[in-house]
Parts: sequence; structure tokens; C-alpha cells
Amino acid sequence: MLSDAWLVARKDLMVELRSRVLMTQLLPFGVIVLILFGFGISPEYQVRAERVDVDRSVLAQVAPGLFWLAVLFSALLAFGRAFAVEAADGNLDALRLTALDPAGIFLGKGLAVAVQLVVLELVLGAGAFVLYGPGLVDPLLLGVTVVATTLALAAAGTLYAALASGLRVRDTLVPLLALPALSPVLLGASLATEAALFGPGSDGWPWAGLLGAFALLYVGAGILSFALVVEEL
Amino acid sequence: MVVSLAGAVSLLGRFPALAGADLEITAGEIVLLEGPNGAGKSTLLRLCAGLAPLHQGTGRVLGHDLSNRGSRRALRRHVGLLGHATALYDELTVEQNVRFWARANGATDAEIEPALDALGLAGRLRSVPVAGLSAGQRRRTSMAVLVCRRPTLWLLDEPHAGLDRAGRDLIDDLARRAVAAGASVILASHEAERAEGIATMRVGVVGGQTTVLSRSTRPTPSTPSADGRPDAV
Repeated sequence: MLSDAWLVARKDLMVELRSRVLMTQLLPFGVIVLILFGFGISPEYQVRAERVDVDRSVLAQVAPGLFWLAVLFSALLAFGRAFAVEAADGNLDALRLTALDPAGIFLGKGLAVAVQLVVLELVLGAGAFVLYGPGLVDPLLLGVTVVATTLALAAAGTLYAALASGLRVRDTLVPLLALPALSPVLLGASLATEAALFGPGSDGWPWAGLLGAFALLYVGAGILSFALVVEEL
Repeated sequence: MVVSLAGAVSLLGRFPALAGADLEITAGEIVLLEGPNGAGKSTLLRLCAGLAPLHQGTGRVLGHDLSNRGSRRALRRHVGLLGHATALYDELTVEQNVRFWARANGATDAEIEPALDALGLAGRLRSVPVAGLSAGQRRRTSMAVLVCRRPTLWLLDEPHAGLDRAGRDLIDDLARRAVAAGASVILASHEAERAEGIATMRVGVVGGQTTVLSRSTRPTPSTPSADGRPDAV
């Protein structure tokens, strides 16, 4: 299963490197979303943080939620792309005819999406620090949150993109399926990131644990159900 | 018996693409499917590949029961289907495509180079992205994948389409060599005159039903190699 996953992930990343969709579409889209959020909320407005006795701008206060929203919107493009390359030239049938383990195909596609999300998060994270100016009090919590959220997004997104890939309305169906299902992940990621940026870190660890549980749940669901999903594509 | 269908019905949505097809094919035959567009030839090939479901009747291919989903899935790794689509990734080169699909089908690296060579892809074409190939070159690349795969049953849907005379001769030669190596071949072609030259059996397909038009002396099937797959062609 793992060798199959590696084979599929490597192929998907090679396709991505050649097509440059990440560099030319996903990243610019995410950066534009970040900037537009900044335009919508003036950095001049100050709020008093309730849990710590400091003033900070509204923009910094809402930075975690805006960052993860920008990641999620951009990730929707990556989810759809993961199976668009298979639908193009009868590749789904060819995949079904191979000896590849369906769970390996799921893990491989999920891994390729996760690598793209990490690149996206690094660029958008840097952009959010520059544009919104939040602090950072617990780097470990931030790292764990990013890893768990990335895994949850990649696994759920891959699964929903696969479910929609056989349909003509897949481009519009993926956001409809994925956004409601991923709203708990968005909530947990925003609150854990807020705690990592502004403290206290202890407030964020339960959310990070919940994100880890979501990641395990979606990865497990994908491994167990992908044979059936691939069959019905 | 390689293929045994009795009253096979396969639906595309609600339309019976196969409406009671009967077919018996023994090992080592090259079967030509003849019929007008929309007669059910492609669905018959997909049924034999384990990709189209059997809704009614009975069917066994290479000993696998087509009415059983698990058995259909197990059948797929033993057949090779060259359909209207070429199942290639535009962004990857000829060699990257062949390597990916060969490995996904359990072929070794040692089997890839002879396949590229046999299809005339070992020269400068190997490093050309598939997006830059002509229709005939794409078809050759798909055939190289099929050759690496060493299927027990070759299913070729309009294999001569888009090929020049040399390419069509090559396809015919590969079909003969596949049979000599222990495989069986079913091909659907509108180039009946050419395909009749290599076929040992002609089957008419009209309105989703089949009729045996002619059958020459059945060849003696070759013994498969130690790994259970036919010899390399």
C-alpha cells in the first residue's frame, strides 16, 4: 500500500511541477484573498484582548481565521485538480485496471495534495505575518496545528474530490461537499492558531488534539472506503 | 475458456448497450468485433475488462465471474484495455508515462526499455511531453504501456485509429506476437479488411447482440510463463 502511495504521489507531484498550477494559480489566488481580507478590515481599529491584557489591531486578532480561510479557499482548487488530471484522458479507467491498492491511490493523492498545501501555508503564513502583524507565543502548538490541519484538509479534500470526480458538476460540487464538512476543521485550526499566536498556549492544545482526531478520522475513512469510491467513479 | 457470455446485458444508465450478448472465446484467438457505431462493441470490451457491470445473464472472463464485484476487480489486473482514450498524462514525458503505468501494473524496469523500443519510442520521443505528441504517437505510447503490462487478454478498441500504415502494421504484428506469447486478443475495428487478416474469429455486434460470422481453425494456446503472465511480446 505504501509503495503504491509513493508511486501515485510522485506522479501527481511531477504532473504538478510540469503544469505549475500551484505556482501560477493557487498561490496567487491565496495571496489575493489575504490582501482582500486586509482591505476589508482596517488595521487602525484596536480591540482589547480579553484573555491577555493588551491592545491589538482587529486585523491581528482575526488573522488566524483569515489565514485558514485563505488556505481553505485555495485548497479547494487543489482538491479539484487532484482528480481532474485523472478524468482527462480515461486515466480513471486505467487506474482501475492497475494492480494498485485503492487505499494506496488515496494515500498517494492525499500526500501530493498535502505537499501542495504545505507550500501554500508557508507562503500564505509569511504573507499573513507581514500583512496582519500577529505575534507568536507557542511555535510548537502552531507547528502541530499546521500539520494536523494539513492532514485533515488533504484527506477530506481528496475523498470529496474523488466522490465528485465522476460527475459533470464536479467543479461546483467539491466546494459544496467539502466546505460544510471542513467547517469543524476550520474552527479548530483558527482557535488553536489564535492560542499559538497570542497565548495562552494551553487553550490551543485541546483544539490541536481535535484536529489530530479529524485527520485520523478522514485518513481512516479514505483508506477504508476508497475501493468503493474508485469503483463508483 | 477465456470469455464466456450468455445473455449478457449491460446498461449505460437505462440504455441496454448490451442486450443479451452471447460469446465463447477460447485461449489464443484473435477476435474481431464488427458493427456500426453504437452497436455495443466498446461496452462489450469494457465488460470483458471488468469495467462495465453485468446486469443480467451470465459471464466469465479468465475464470472471473462478471456478476461479482470483487471477482470483476480481481480480473482487471489480467486484462489490458486500449480504448478510445489513451490514458496518458499530458504533462509527463513518454518515458515518465510508460514508467508510471508499467510500475502501477507490476512490470519491472527491465520490461520498460524493450517496450519503448518495440513501439519506436526509444529515441528522442521518450523525453517529449505527451501533450506535444501526435494522435498516432500517443497511441504508440499507450501500446507500449500495454506491452509492459503483459496482459492475458488484450482488448483493443479501434487500435488502428490515427495510425499511419507502419503503425497499423505494428499493431497487427503485436497482436500476433501477443497470441504467440500465450495471450488472447479481442479487437473492435472499422478497418475490417485489415483486421480480418489477423483475426481467427469474426463476431458481428448489432443492437447490443452478437453473432459469430466466421471462425477459422483455433490455434494451439501457448503455455504461460512461470509468473502466470504471457511471455513478453
